[in-house]
Amino acid sequence: MIEFVLNGRGRRVRVPPMKRLLDVLREDCSLPGTKEGCGEGECGACSVLLDGRTVCSCLVPVVQVRGARVVTVEGLDRGGRPSALQRAFIDLGAAQCGICTPGMLVTAAELLRHARGRVPSEEEVREALAGNLCRCTGYQKIVDAVRAAARGASRDGAAGTSGARAPGRSRAGTARAKRSRTARTKRSRRRG
Amino acid sequence: MRSALSTLEVVRPRSLDHALEALGRSVSGERLVPLAGGTDLFVYLNAGTPPGTRYLDLWGLRELRGIRVRDGGVRLGALTTFREIREHPVLGRRFPSLVAAAAEVGAWQIQNRATLAGNIANASPAGDSLPVLMAHDAKVDVRSARGAREVAFERLYRGYRELTVDADELITAVTLPFPPARSFPFFRKVGTRRAQSISKVVFSGLLALDRERRIAHVRLAYGSVAPVTLRARRAERALRGEPLAASVAARARAALAEDIAPIDDIRSSRDYRLAVAGNLLEQFLRAAAESRARR
Ligand SMILES: Cc1cc2nc3c(=O)[nH]c(=O)nc-3n(C[C@H](O)[C@H](O)[C@H](O)COP(=O)(O)OP(=O)(O)OC[C@H]3O[C@@H](n4cnc5c(N)ncnc54)[C@H](O)[C@@H]3O)c2cc1C
Ligand code: FES
Ligand code: FES
Repeated sequence: MIEFVLNGRGRRVRVPPMKRLLDVLREDCSLPGTKEGCGEGECGACSVLLDGRTVCSCLVPVVQVRGARVVTVEGLDRGGRPSALQRAFIDLGAAQCGICTPGMLVTAAELLRHARGRVPSEEEVREALAGNLCRCTGYQKIVDAVRAAARGASRDGAAGTSGARAPGRSRAGTARAKRSRTARTKRSRRRG
Repeated sequence: MRSALSTLEVVRPRSLDHALEALGRSVSGERLVPLAGGTDLFVYLNAGTPPGTRYLDLWGLRELRGIRVRDGGVRLGALTTFREIREHPVLGRRFPSLVAAAAEVGAWQIQNRATLAGNIANASPAGDSLPVLMAHDAKVDVRSARGAREVAFERLYRGYRELTVDADELITAVTLPFPPARSFPFFRKVGTRRAQSISKVVFSGLLALDRERRIAHVRLAYGSVAPVTLRARRAERALRGEPLAASVAARARAALAEDIAPIDDIRSSRDYRLAVAGNLLEQFLRAAAESRARR
């Protein structure tokens, strides 16, 4: 039996010790938000926070998360509402197909937490997200969204992933997010 | 899940002694494979080519963690991650080339898990920290249930991916002496793109000048140009006792061709690597001269 804290709640799983954290999250914890892209640490789609640090869950055996805190994309919202970061992704069109989005959000959340209200430079954001590949957006909108979220948070004097609103929120953005959410769910079902 | 993973066994030792005992006992049968951050091992496991069926999980061993600053240098526990190296204030001041190398190992996700001892033990000739350790005359602490010993980093590799560490031994720490006064450290990795690429050539240099502004101490260490990380001793000899001048750099560069034996492979060609290795050497010497002039 392996116990750890998942998105703020205690969780126990009975699984083989070398099972990948990625598979435990998706199969045993019913959290399909975390995606598998490459399965070899290159693409970052499987990123989760392990004790506050972004890691590739495809490279982590579940035995090593015993007693640790794990946060997945499902744990980034604020009481069922999108965080400032998630809002900014929606509003600024930083998600297209959405397969990279959970990993991007997770890594960006670590960056914003470290920045403590400071707005990271474009260069800093690109460096932090270098391990998260995106085939759709060309990255610029993602970088912009992360910085917009940081600006919103610094304006409100709140931490990076709190409910602070990003500028430029629009209904179109919300519709887009809904579409990509459906696409994502379908895809994760297909993946099984 | 990956079905092969479900059959693998893991031993989780409570202490380093316990780990060493278990490892020692295992070598008569199937050896336990030490598991640190898993960033190399899981690539094999996910590809369906596991290096073994039984693993020794080191991740929880507190004895293998921590960066300690001492009188003569620093001691990095085996499980020190590249992220911890990047964020350490003393390392940033005294070992900037190690910090620079750490910042170029994969991306954040990898740096948060990849350990220094894992990089050493994985023994890829492209391992980014290895030339820095060599340039700094690092020592590697190795232990088994039989006892502890210290190995000069330079003598750690026997050949391609082959260590002089025995099957029942673990790497427990790496020590780096503070570099001599007025020294100039350098690191540069050349790959296909900035993040997450395997090096075509990786280089670390360290030099110190005496009062007459002659090179008193010099180390030139290369990765990816030979089956093992190596010191360019002939080029070092061409530099020692000489001033930081362009003509001296040219002589060192000529000597370098005798030192290294790069190969053609999927990542690069022999001639390209040789040219890059020479350019890096000249860049290092120029940067050292400029930093001298600024002081
Ligand atoms: C996407 C990606 C990008 C990467 N980029 C780079 C890069 O840019 N530069 C680079 O150098 N590397 C890179 N790597 C390789 C890898 O991250 C490093 O080699 C890392 O330092 C390995 O450390 P680890 O703790 O993860 O090792 P593990 O995978 O846990 O182990 C690696 C090997 O070392 C052995 N080992 C581990 N600890 C010990 C010990 N204390 N004593 C004895 N043996 C031990 C293990 O048995 C195994 O054989 C990359 C890997 C990935 C997946
Ligand atoms: S699936 Fe883990 S990094 Fe690509
Ligand atoms: S939105 Fe499609 S991969 Fe990034």
